[in-house]
Parts: sequence; structure tokens; C-alpha cells
Amino acid sequence: MDLKINGESKSFSDSASLLALLEQFDVHPDATGVAVALNDVVVPRAQWATTDVTDGDSIEIIRAVQGG
Amino acid sequence: MEKTGDKLIIAGREFNSRLIIGTSRYPDPGTMLAAIEASGAEMVTVSIRRLNLTEPSRESPVELLRDRYTILPNTAGCYTAREAVLTAQLAREALGTNWVKLEVIGDDDTLFPDIPELLKAAEQLLADGFVVLPYCSDDPITCRKLSDMGCAAVMPLGAPIGSGMGIRNPYNLRIIRDQIDTPLIVDAGVGTASDAALAMELGFDGILLNTAVAQAQHPVDMARAMRLGVEAGRLAYRAGRIPRRLYANASSPLEGVIGHDTDG
Repeated sequence: MDLKINGESKSFSDSASLLALLEQFDVHPDATGVAVALNDVVVPRAQWATTDVTDGDSIEIIRAVQGG
Repeated sequence: MEKTGDKLIIAGREFNSRLIIGTSRYPDPGTMLAAIEASGAEMVTVSIRRLNLTEPSRESPVELLRDRYTILPNTAGCYTAREAVLTAQLAREALGTNWVKLEVIGDDDTLFPDIPELLKAAEQLLADGFVVLPYCSDDPITCRKLSDMGCAAVMPLGAPIGSGMGIRNPYNLRIIRDQIDTPLIVDAGVGTASDAALAMELGFDGILLNTAVAQAQHPVDMARAMRLGVEAGRLAYRAGRIPRRLYANASSPLEGVIGHDTDG
């Protein structure tokens, strides 16, 4: 399955839950200041485990940084 | 200290400080924390950016701020309503706040707002339950539209972001103040304490700034200067300045000056 994660194309062998995918990048549900959108829709962290990612999905993983 | 009863109230939340300060561009996190402390600000702005997936350390200085300050996420860097709305929604999820400093810019050179996109984004975010504080141009009509839509505060620029050019059009700011009862905050352009004081003397409710403090030679001192400038300007506004007149008006009594005959 091919995904776009933070604007970068990545390939994965199996389909997975959003949670499993995020954990590959060391992003866990208890991470503070982090949020995730799947195809331009925010997925609350409580729903990461029950949300499937499929071929062609676009995922944004963000955090808060210093800003003005 | 502000006079009792003279709090800044935005969307029902009270602030003793009328200064909102950004968290970017400081020499180091320690200076940032000391400068924010010296500024007296109770609300600080942060940005939303993609997580660097290959970076091992993800500790963000923002985490140092969350317990002590009201966090106001911005949508800096967004060029369209669509990007700004998604960024605000991500910020709400990441930070647990429905407040947003809405920024939709038109180009990189001026960082001026794209007003049609800004209005569109504001409408969508208000409908989605956000407390929207839009960064906008110093155009009275735009400001009024944002106020009428239900934005919690309206934040016209004094000058381009990061320019330090001060209040380029005080006359527009006066008109905006006359026309709008919504809290007004000068966002962007303030370069030094007198700029902040001027905006407050014009009747603005607050100042949002970042670069002027973060990039000053001594950020902590400048933060304190801004605090005092904001307080001085606010007090002067409330005190009511004298009218300007072209000719002199002696302050000492005219009666009893020596050397004059008084018997006619």
C-alpha cells in the first residue's frame, strides 16, 4: 500500500490501523502536543486504533512548535 | 499593575495582561522563558508544523509553556482557507483548545493577509465552534466584517509581520476603534515600546508581538519595556489626553505676574 505521510510517499507491505502505522514512527496515543489528519480530516487519538489506512491515503502528523 | 477592573476580556476569559507574546525566534529557550515572564503576558502563541518523522528527539519548548500560559495556536504559513481550517482543527486536537489566531497570508514578501480566504476560513471556523482571533489588514471594512461575523477579537496589523515599522496608519486604527466594540489587538509591526504605547493610546485593547522582543539585543529587557509601554498607553487612553492645539496655552497663572501696572 502506498501512502503519503507529511507530503512524502511511502510504501508499506500490509494495510494497518492508523495506530499501528503511527507507532512505527514512535507516535503514541499519549504523546502530547501531537495531532493526526487522515485525508484532511482530523482523527482524534481515541480513534487511532479503530481507523484503517488504505492504499492512496494521505496522512498529516503535526505538533505544536514555537511561533508568533 | 493594571488598575483593578481593567481586565482584557476575550470570549469571556479574563486577562490581567494586555500583551500577547510569540514564542519564536528567541536566541534560546531559556531566554524565551525569561522574556515571556518579564513581559507579564498570560497568553502565548505557537505554530503547528509537520512532525519530523526521522528526528530522534521531539521535545518541544512548547511543552514548557503549557502549564503556565494560555496557548494560542496560529495558522501561520497557510495560504488558503482550506489549509487554515485544517491547521486550526489539528491545533485543537493537539493542544486541547478551540482558540485560534487565524492567519491566511497572501504572499511571502509582505505576509499581508489574503482577505477573501481569511473571511472564508473565519466563517468555517466559527461554524465549527472556534474562538477566532483573525490577523487582518488595517482596513476598517474588513475589521467590521470580521467583528460582525462573531470573531472574538479582531487583530489588524500595525505594519508587516517582523518589520518593526510600528503603527504605519494610526488614523485607520482610530477609525477601526470608533467603529467596532469587539476587542481590538494590534498584531504585527510593533518594533519598540513606544509603538505599543501608541496603539494602546489609540484605544486598542491589546498588543500581540514577537520579533521586537525575541530579536532585540536584550530580549528580557525589551519584554519588560513592552509591558510598561502597553500599561502606559492603556492608562493614558483611560486618563483621556488633552486636545492638540496649534498655539501655546500657558500652564502658570497669568494673574499676578510682576512688572505690570494693575490700576489701568
